[in-house]
Amino acid sequence: MLRALVERIRQGHRTLPFPPPEDALPEGFRGRPALNPAACKDGCRACADACPTDAIRTEPALTLDLGRCLFCNECVKACPTGAIRFTSDYRMAATRREDLVVGTGKTRLAQPMDEAGRRLFARSLKLRQVSAGGSAGCELEAAALGNVVFDSGRFGIQFVASPRHADGLLVTGPVTTNMTTALEKTYDAIPSPKIVIAAGAAAISGGPFAGNPEVRDGADKVLPVDLYIPGHPPHPLTILDGVMRLLGRLRRD
Amino acid sequence: MTALPSLARVPNGGTTPLGDVPRLKIDAFREAIAGGIPGGRLVSLFGMPERHDRLRLIAVLAPPGERALAVTSTEVEERYPALTVLLPQAHLFEREIAEQWGVRPEGHPWLKPVRYHRSYRPGRDAWNRRESDPLIPGFTDFFEVAGEEVHEVGVGPVHAGVIEPGHFRFQCHGERVIHLEIALGYQHRGVERSLEGGPDKRTIHRIETIAGDTAVGHALAHSQLIEALSGTEVPPRGQAIRSVALELERLANHAGDLGALSGDVGYLPAASFCGRLRGDLLNLTLLACGSRMGLGWVRPGGIGFGIDFEPETQRRISYSLPLAISDLERSFGLMRANSTVRARFEETGALPRVTCEELGIVGVAARASGLERDVRRDLPLGRYVEAPIACATWSSGDVFARARVRWEECAISSAHILETLRSLPRGVSRREPGPLEPSSFAVSLVEGWRGEICHTAVTDERGRFRRYKIVDPSFHNWMGLAMAMRDQPISDFPLCNKSFNLSYSGHDL
Repeated sequence: MLRALVERIRQGHRTLPFPPPEDALPEGFRGRPALNPAACKDGCRACADACPTDAIRTEPALTLDLGRCLFCNECVKACPTGAIRFTSDYRMAATRREDLVVGTGKTRLAQPMDEAGRRLFARSLKLRQVSAGGSAGCELEAAALGNVVFDSGRFGIQFVASPRHADGLLVTGPVTTNMTTALEKTYDAIPSPKIVIAAGAAAISGGPFAGNPEVRDGADKVLPVDLYIPGHPPHPLTILDGVMRLLGRLRRD
Repeated sequence: MTALPSLARVPNGGTTPLGDVPRLKIDAFREAIAGGIPGGRLVSLFGMPERHDRLRLIAVLAPPGERALAVTSTEVEERYPALTVLLPQAHLFEREIAEQWGVRPEGHPWLKPVRYHRSYRPGRDAWNRRESDPLIPGFTDFFEVAGEEVHEVGVGPVHAGVIEPGHFRFQCHGERVIHLEIALGYQHRGVERSLEGGPDKRTIHRIETIAGDTAVGHALAHSQLIEALSGTEVPPRGQAIRSVALELERLANHAGDLGALSGDVGYLPAASFCGRLRGDLLNLTLLACGSRMGLGWVRPGGIGFGIDFEPETQRRISYSLPLAISDLERSFGLMRANSTVRARFEETGALPRVTCEELGIVGVAARASGLERDVRRDLPLGRYVEAPIACATWSSGDVFARARVRWEECAISSAHILETLRSLPRGVSRREPGPLEPSSFAVSLVEGWRGEICHTAVTDERGRFRRYKIVDPSFHNWMGLAMAMRDQPISDFPLCNKSFNLSYSGHDL
């Protein structure tokens, strides 16, 4: 017992403040992309051709769909003029699917839910997690919210074992045919009102498996989704930021 | 007697013309696999459609003490005598072949579906199911134990934690588990089939998502395969950095597992410390390649474009890693010093060495039962040729052994990384691979953090993937978990499960 306490004091307090300090993520972290179509050469499609998930459109204007993006950097490598770069901004979640499409205009991050929803969930949100073809990448990053560093429990956001105890569902994976029934049954078992969160490129669009006959290409093909959290997998801070915004607990910017 | 050898030798990361892979009669094939190599282990076994509606079965074996793999093949039609009756470790491979190609291995003791998908050859179904019959995952004839006070417990597919789905069916007598049957397939995304006709721009991303916690391991196995098929030699700097990537992945996962094991027995100090340390180790990977899971770090020909160790990155890893390992050592020390933790870990879920040998168990689980089995040592490639890895083993085969082997491997991996960074070769870190050799067979093994990863490919006459076979270590080891649960109290299942920590998606593909 004493040894454990000594070790606890030696290792110190490790919880990251939220919102985190500016330097919480290293420079190389691939977060929200920034586009500069002014640099594009006429008719150049190098980025769109290089993209493994067809997340990029060059016509009518240069756009990048965060719901499909694997943050793999292939577009950056392919672009001869540096029109695309990934910033270290971890804030990317959106409440509407179309808000995930990044252009040059102002980005619309996740919007707070209505007053009644906030009153119910803002100070305590219990989520049931279902992996429906997820590779464990998104699941591990979601589970990391429970560790001492990200500690989402301090905001009342926790994962629970039973859907009966949950206020909502966090779905990962492209939703395989073989998991569809289990996912629907879990959703049905959650008492209403309830929310659904799709975390990761696979859960939003099918990710690298989009188009495979064995998958459904994302959670919103099966359930009504209230929050989309991009990433492959999303960083725990990206998940926390999205949920906190949905709960109306962050200032809008 | 034929003068031709019944087994062709192919080195790890090697290739051979498909025509040089022996094509035996079924009897000779069975003999070559079951008795051809005493003590040999089945690394991979898969089907590939041939002309005239025939199916070619290709087997890869690991002969003990040899620095090469042995390959052979046969052709079958609708049915053939099962290998499993001669070699139990073939059991899941043969179930997979039956499900994928509608071929029946006669005499297989428990021929059931593996992933619950339609046969890849329409009209041919090993169980004579019609196309119109619904396919319900987990719907199969489970083993049942009859008798008074015997009861059945079904768990999953959705589990209580933030983990992947699978169904566990226990046959119990009171608290005691008589038999556990594991039914998976819920995560089946059609990975192997989607790779056929490749490589293309999606290939590597699918490979990295086979098991998201093993992105580096699978990317490395795939890269070695492409390099073999294209005759690409990876520069020493690229080899060295790739081994750093693989060992960092091992460290982060082992640290996380030690914490999870501690949490499962209710010892929260070490659970908290290890959870934080896992993140710190992932952040070193993030620092190096921009992704906590190591996505994009390993690529065919070397490492990802534009990712190379800046001296600053190298310095920060060399500085932070020993601190993390020291904290991990203290955390594991706390666990070992705690009598409750020891009492829960020791003699729980013991897997006898002989069972490991029979089932072809790999990785941490095999080493924890005293088997010296490690691709980095037995079939080394790249950096591991010049920097041999010590094989950490323990003899008790229980949860404690699997925890202890993990900790020892952390210490070994950390030393490997620090030494590699000290002597990091200069020069380029990647070489662009050319086109793939047509009509060839290639095999590549990597010791991922869970154990042996095997990728095998056969190319067509244009040098595209005609067949791509993936074996995640979980494929071998799920049966090990089932055996470890025999005669255990059912309440120890979460702990035993965690001590194996197998991949559902890596199994389901």
